[in-house]
Amino acid sequence: MTQAAPLVALVGNPNAGKSALFNALTGARQKVGNYPGVTVERHSGRIALEDGRPVELVDLPGAYSLDPSSPDERVTRDVVTGRSSFERVPDAMVVVVDAANLDNHLRFALQLIALGRPVVVALNMVDLAERDGLVLDPAVLARELGVPVVPTVAVRKRGLDDLRHQLTAALGAAPPPAPVQDQPDEPLSTLQRRARAIAKAAIVSETPARRWAHWLDAVALHPVVGPLLLVSLLFVMFQAVFTWATVPADMIDAGFKALEGWIASHAPDGFLRSLVTDGLIAGVGAVIVFLPQILILFLFILVLESSGYMVRAAFLMDRLMATVGLSGRAFIPLLSSFACAVPGIMATRTIEDEKDRLTTILIAPLMTCSARWPVYTLIIGAMIPNTPVLPFVRLQGLVMFGLLIIGIAGAYVAALVLRRTVTKGASSGFMMEMPKYQWPRIQDIAIGLWSRALIFLKRAGTIIAATTVVLWLLLSFPKPPEGSGISPVDYSIAGRIGRGIEVVVKPIGFNRDIALALLPAMAAREVAVSAIGTVYAIDNTDGAAGQEALSDRLRGRWSLPTALAFLMWFVFAPQCISTIAVTRRETNGWKWPLFMVGYLFAAAYIMAGITYWLAVAVGL
Amino acid sequence: MASDCLATFPRRRNATVSTIDWTRLAPPEARRLRELGFDEGVEVQVLHRATLGGGPIACRIGRMTVALRRAVAASIHVAPIAG
Ligand SMILES: Nc1nc2c(ncn2[C@@H]2O[C@H](COP(=O)(O)OP(=O)(O)OP(=O)(O)O)[C@@H](O)[C@H]2O)c(=O)[nH]1
Ligand SMILES: [Mg+2]
Repeated sequence: MTQAAPLVALVGNPNAGKSALFNALTGARQKVGNYPGVTVERHSGRIALEDGRPVELVDLPGAYSLDPSSPDERVTRDVVTGRSSFERVPDAMVVVVDAANLDNHLRFALQLIALGRPVVVALNMVDLAERDGLVLDPAVLARELGVPVVPTVAVRKRGLDDLRHQLTAALGAAPPPAPVQDQPDEPLSTLQRRARAIAKAAIVSETPARRWAHWLDAVALHPVVGPLLLVSLLFVMFQAVFTWATVPADMIDAGFKALEGWIASHAPDGFLRSLVTDGLIAGVGAVIVFLPQILILFLFILVLESSGYMVRAAFLMDRLMATVGLSGRAFIPLLSSFACAVPGIMATRTIEDEKDRLTTILIAPLMTCSARWPVYTLIIGAMIPNTPVLPFVRLQGLVMFGLLIIGIAGAYVAALVLRRTVTKGASSGFMMEMPKYQWPRIQDIAIGLWSRALIFLKRAGTIIAATTVVLWLLLSFPKPPEGSGISPVDYSIAGRIGRGIEVVVKPIGFNRDIALALLPAMAAREVAVSAIGTVYAIDNTDGAAGQEALSDRLRGRWSLPTALAFLMWFVFAPQCISTIAVTRRETNGWKWPLFMVGYLFAAAYIMAGITYWLAVAVGL
Repeated sequence: MASDCLATFPRRRNATVSTIDWTRLAPPEARRLRELGFDEGVEVQVLHRATLGGGPIACRIGRMTVALRRAVAASIHVAPIAG
């Protein structure tokens, strides 16, 4: 009988560097970030021991004790104590502690050691401890704790061999999986006192910490300067997304145009050529053009996350969030929802109070996720004149920023209402450890951007391409009888479905094209752009207009009130199946995702309707 | 001398926690406070206070900086350390 590879868990306080160590050991690319609560689920990987034996290594969410207070900490408790049904008890644990914060981290380490299973302590971030003028003696620590202690610097891959060596020894000496001792009953304060004493004993020398971090915080957390800085940072971030990206985006666009032209001149006219040029290239290309924007947004978010500023931002936002019954903690998932609501909703696992967490999940889709930009950019570019309004501010940019703000305001109002009705409950507190500032590491940022780019391209190549092709087929068949003069789109299957939807959305000013785009856009919002593109490519009966840009066609066919209503719809509508699916998973059932879909569609319908009729009334 | 609490104690002055009104805190809050290292007899220092109108405070405990709401800070009583 072959035995399964031993299971080793990486456990420790939040932000100790577990994921960084996991990545260094396994070569994986789990997300690391300089704030507590980056990892919210277990990830496993394989490493080889010194003797070549394979070991399954699991990276876990950080926790302060085995007594979980939030869903992510529950994951850790369940794995460590073998509570989850599908999980075996780890054969050994690598307890990761922050050398610069031993007082606190050793307490959890003591609790874990008391479980009685083989433990190796990774004394991580020794470089940061040294930066702060702290020199420790690992031998003293090992003696006091009674387990091997290995100094490591996860991000520079220092100490890994030593760690592997100690792990091999620990697993070799391991008695057959010891029965899990239930939680040691020592009170926290006793453990804490012991932790402090041990930490103190391990200090070799200590020079006063450098003060620059205090100065940074004096600015970043200043009652007046701090919020101004935060607002300017966010403003620069969104500004950069829309200005820096134009050159690379135009280049990508030109590339696709050239490809389309080349195929058009080399392939015989017909079904296949139309599928490739009108369907695939027009559709997928329209979305890939947004890659530069998305990478710029991620660049900012990654820098904020890895510098340690994120928790400072949460600190500054807490007051405002408290007015709607949320806490500053919710700011972190909400900010990452600007990239995509799916990881944002996952990140709410760090929120302790259940109602608080639920509210955050329900409003996360209102943050303007990057999938909306293609839609906004296309419609605004086509329908809104780019007249200067103020120095450096043009109307198009202003409308874009306005949509972003409407989303945030909508979320604010929604939270206010939800917290007083369906997610009523005691207001939860805000208590959070603030990480030490660090320079963002170029490699980490590069890897982060690279993996985002891959995810985006994969999405464009799969979901978006598939939806576009299906839509193209549905729009192309059946063909209207020759010479009948009926529009091919109207005659097609999709056209008939579209007319059904049109009945519902006509009162809010939507036309047939929009009705057609709404359904496929459920798969991914960006598809709305490619869907409209495909509709016009197929409907383009007079060949001369073939090269006409999509935006020119829009201008010819849409009224301004219709365009504005469409934009408003996209601010609110839950047009994304992945978001609905992750909400189902995170709330364990269909009740809340259905509620979310219901309230967001209602809001979208009402807001789009108001926009349309107001715009018509003022004569736009 | 009247007992000060962390919510009003001057910034950047060392203090020790004299008592904590555990009963005034919600149980999860009390536990998280303990987990962050707060206890009677521990040294703390108020570092920053957010927005003028009652935002959270940041304080130093051990080698860690922790953000707390004022309501919680108000139940942590401290005594200044001489010198
Ligand atoms: N200087 C230094 N930084 C480190 C070291 N290990 C990790 N870091 C950084 O510390 C931060 C936290 O690392 P993570 O690996 O995300 O921490 P974690 O323990 O997985 O955190 P959670 O998932 O939130 O529990 C990141 O910014 C890392 O780049 C180290 O040894 N030295
Ligand atoms: Mg992690």
